Amino acid sequence: MSTATDGYYIPHEAKWPIVGSIGLFVTFMGLGSWLNGSGVGEITFYAGLAIMVFMLFGWFATVIKESQSGAYNGQVDTSFRMCMSWFIFSEVMFFGAFFGALFYARQFSGPWLGGEGAGGADVTNAVLWSGYNYVWPTDGPANVGGGFQPMGWFGLPLINTLLLLTSGFTCTVAHHAIKDGDQKKMVRWLGATVALGFIFVACQAFEYYEAYAHLGLKMSSGIYGSTFFMLTGFHGFHVCMGAVMLFVVMLRGMKGHFTAENHFAFEAAAWYWHFVDVVWLGLFVFVYLF
Amino acid sequence: MSQVDTSHDAHHGDHDHHGPAPGLMRWITTTNHKDIGTLYLWFSLIMFFIGGGMALIIRAELWAPGIQIVDPMFFNSMTTMHALVMIFGVVMPAFVGLANWMIPMMLGAPDMALPRLNNWSFWIMPFAFTILLSTLFMDSGGPAGGWTMYPPLVLQMGDSFAFVVFAIHFMGISSVMGSINIVATIFNMRAPGMTLMQMPMFVWTWLITAFLLIATIPVFAGAVTMLLTDRFFETSFFSAAGGGDPVMYQHIFWFFGHPEVYILILPAFGIISHIIPTFSRKPLFGYDSMVYATASIAFLSFIVWAHHMFTTGMPLAAELFFMFSTMMISVPTGVKVFNWVSTMWRGSMTFETPMLFAIGFVVMFTIGGLSGLMLAITPADIQYHDTYFVVAHFHYVLVPGAIYSLMAACYFWIPKWTGNMYDEKLGKMHFWISTIFVNVLFFPMHFVGLAGMPRRIPDYSLQFADWNMIATIGAFGFGFSQLMFVYIIFKCIKGGEKATGEVWEGARGLEWTVASPAPYHTFEESPTITPNTVTR
Ligand code: HEM
Ligand SMILES: [Cu+2]
Repeated sequence: MSTATDGYYIPHEAKWPIVGSIGLFVTFMGLGSWLNGSGVGEITFYAGLAIMVFMLFGWFATVIKESQSGAYNGQVDTSFRMCMSWFIFSEVMFFGAFFGALFYARQFSGPWLGGEGAGGADVTNAVLWSGYNYVWPTDGPANVGGGFQPMGWFGLPLINTLLLLTSGFTCTVAHHAIKDGDQKKMVRWLGATVALGFIFVACQAFEYYEAYAHLGLKMSSGIYGSTFFMLTGFHGFHVCMGAVMLFVVMLRGMKGHFTAENHFAFEAAAWYWHFVDVVWLGLFVFVYLF
Repeated sequence: MSQVDTSHDAHHGDHDHHGPAPGLMRWITTTNHKDIGTLYLWFSLIMFFIGGGMALIIRAELWAPGIQIVDPMFFNSMTTMHALVMIFGVVMPAFVGLANWMIPMMLGAPDMALPRLNNWSFWIMPFAFTILLSTLFMDSGGPAGGWTMYPPLVLQMGDSFAFVVFAIHFMGISSVMGSINIVATIFNMRAPGMTLMQMPMFVWTWLITAFLLIATIPVFAGAVTMLLTDRFFETSFFSAAGGGDPVMYQHIFWFFGHPEVYILILPAFGIISHIIPTFSRKPLFGYDSMVYATASIAFLSFIVWAHHMFTTGMPLAAELFFMFSTMMISVPTGVKVFNWVSTMWRGSMTFETPMLFAIGFVVMFTIGGLSGLMLAITPADIQYHDTYFVVAHFHYVLVPGAIYSLMAACYFWIPKWTGNMYDEKLGKMHFWISTIFVNVLFFPMHFVGLAGMPRRIPDYSLQFADWNMIATIGAFGFGFSQLMFVYIIFKCIKGGEKATGEVWEGARGLEWTVASPAPYHTFEESPTITPNTVTR
C-alpha cells in the first residue's frame, strides 16, 4: 500500500525492519555467547545470520518490486543516492579507525617503545624493555606470537592489486553499457567484475594460508599481525559484500530490470565497488609496500 | 506492503489519508515520522528513569564515607551503566525523536526521506538496550570499567564484555541509519523554494549533528572491535608487549568521544534557538552567525579530543596544541550565548515553562562551559583530571544543559503533539524545584573536586563528607521531582485547555501553520516557499 504525496512514495506498514532487529539481536547474542564458550552460542549465531539473510531478501525484494512498478520518482531516487553515499562515507570512517591505529603504531608508539622521544617516552624502554630496537614490521618488544616474516608486496598482493584495478575497469565498462541501454553488454562485463572479485577473495584466502603455514604470520604476531589481519580481513569481507551486490545487480540485469535512465541499483553497487578498490590501494601502499 | 499499486491515484484516493494500522502492529510496523518520534521519546523517558535509578544508587552509596550499601564492583558498574544509558539511551534517542517529529514539519515535507529505514533505526534500540541491560544479570556483573572502556582494565571484565561491545555496535547501527535518514531528509525533502539559509536552527543543528554521528560512530565501532579482537583473538592493538599501546585506544575513543559530547549538545542549541525568540517575540538575533558558529564548533570538535588525555603522557607539543584548540571552541560557543542574550534584549518577554527551561539552560550551560575552559588549561587539568570537578563540569553541560533543553522542547511542542496545553502552574513548579535541586546536586561537586575527591570510587576521605551529603540530598530531590514531569505529560495527553494551531503568540515556522494536534499526515502537498515565507 502506498500513499502518493506530491509523488513522493511513502511506504506503509513495514514488516521487515522488526525482522531485521530480531535477526541482529539473535546474531549478537549468539556471537557473544559463542565467544564466551557456550555451545548454543554458535548455533544461535548462525540462526541469527539466517534471519538476517531472510530479512535482506524480503526487504530488497519489496523495494525492487516497488521500483519495477514505477512507484519511485526522481526525488525518491535522490534519497536513495544520498543514503548510499553517506553510508559509504561511514564505511570510510570505519576503515579510518584501523588505518589510524596502523599509523599511530608505526609513527608514535613503536618509536617510543624503542626509546625515541623525550619527556618520559624513553623511560618505558629503559625500564621495561631496554635493548628493544624498533623497526617496522614488529611484533613488539616481547616478540609475542613467536616470530614471523612479513608479507611481501610483490607476489600475490601485486596480483590482487591488478585484479581489483581491472575489476574497476570492467565495472566502468558495464556502467557505460547500461548508460547506452545495452543491458546484455552490462551483464557480460558485470560477470567479469564479479568473477575478478571472487578470484581476489580466493587469492586473499591463499595468502592467509601462506601467512599461517609458512611465514608464521598470525593475528597474534604483535601489532604487525593485528593491523595486517584486521585491515585485510575487513577489506576482504567488504569485497565479498560488494561482489554479492554486483552479482544481484547482474541477475537483475538478466531479468531486464534496468534502463539507460533508471539503474540506481547498479550505480550504488558500483560506487561501493570503487570504494572497496580505493581502500585496497591504501592497504597496498601502507600495509604491504612501505 | 507487498502489493504495489502504481495507479493509486486513479482508484485508491482513500489511501491518501491512510491512517495508522490498528493495535500494537501500528507501533511495530509504522513508517510515520510522528509515530516513530513518539516511540523514540517514550523509549528515552523510560531509559531516563532507569539511568536515574542507577544515579540514585551511586548517590546513596556516596551519602557517607565508607562502603555501606553496595559492593564496590557493583558501584563501578552503576557509574558505567549510568553513563551509557544516559548518553546512548536517553539524550541521543530523545533528540532523534524530536528530529522525527519536528524536522519534516519544519521543512514542509510529507515524512522522512526513508520511512522504512526510520522504523528500523528505532526498533533496534529496545533490542540493543536489552543486550546492554542484560549484562547486569550475568554472573560477572555488568561492565565496570567506566563508559570510556579503557584497556587494559576493560579487557579484564567477565562474560559481559562481548555483550557490551555488541550492544555498542547495535546502537551504532541505529545512530548511523537514523543520521543518514536525517541528512537525506534535510537535503532532499525541503519544500520547493526553501533555501538552506531559510531552515530553522533546529534543522541546521541536526544536520551538523548527523554529520558528526556518521563520521564518528564508525570510528567508535572500530575501537571497540579492536578491544574485542584483543580480548578474544590475541591481537595486540592495545598491548605494549606486542608493539601496540593502551593510550592508542584513548586517542581513537576520544576522536569519537569529543564529537559525541557535541552530538549531545548541538540539537539542544537548536531547540534553545527556537524557544528564546518565541517568548521574546523577536526573530533570532544573528541567525547567520548561529549557523556558522554551529559549523565551526563541529569542525573544531574533531581536533580537540586529547584534552581528555592531558595526564597520559603526550609529547609537549600535543599538550599545547590540544589546549589551544580546545580553548578556541569557546569562541563560537560564546557567539551563541551572546546571540541568545541579544535575542532577549528589548524583547517583550514572557516566562512560560519552555522559556524558563531555556533561560535556565543558558545560565547553567554557561557555568559548565566555564568549568570546561578551566579544564582545558593543561597544567590545571593535571590537577583536576579524574576528580569530581570533571564530574561537575560535564553534569552542568549535560543535565541543566542537554536535559533541560529536552524538557524545554517537550513543554514547547507538546501542545502541537497532543492538541492540549500542559498545566502551566505545574510546569513552572517543575522548573523551579528541578533548578534548585540540580544545583544542590552538582554545585558542591566543584568544591569536593577541587579539594581532590576522585571520581568513580565508592569511598572517600572524611573531609568530603558534608558536601557529598548535600549532593545526595540534591540528587534525590531532583530525581523524584522528575515524576512531576511524567505526571504533567500524562495530564496533558488526557486533556487540558485546547491549543490553537499557532500555540504560542510569537511562534514562527511552518510547524505552527498546521493544526494542533498535528494531523497524522502533514504537508502531503508541499507548501511553496518564497524568500518572504516565515520558516524560522
Ligand atoms: C566550552 C566548551 C567545553 C570545554 C572547553 C570542555 C573541556 C573539557 C575538558 C578539558 C574535559 C576533560 C577533563 C578531564 O577529564 O580532565 C572535559 C570533559 C568532559 N566534557 Fe567538556 N568541555 C566543553 C563543553 C562540553 C559539552 C558541551 C559537553 C556535553 C554536552 C561536555 C561533556 C564533557 C564530558 C562528558 C566530559 C567527561 C568525559 C569523561 O571523562 O567521562 N563538555 N571537557
Ligand atoms: Cu571533550
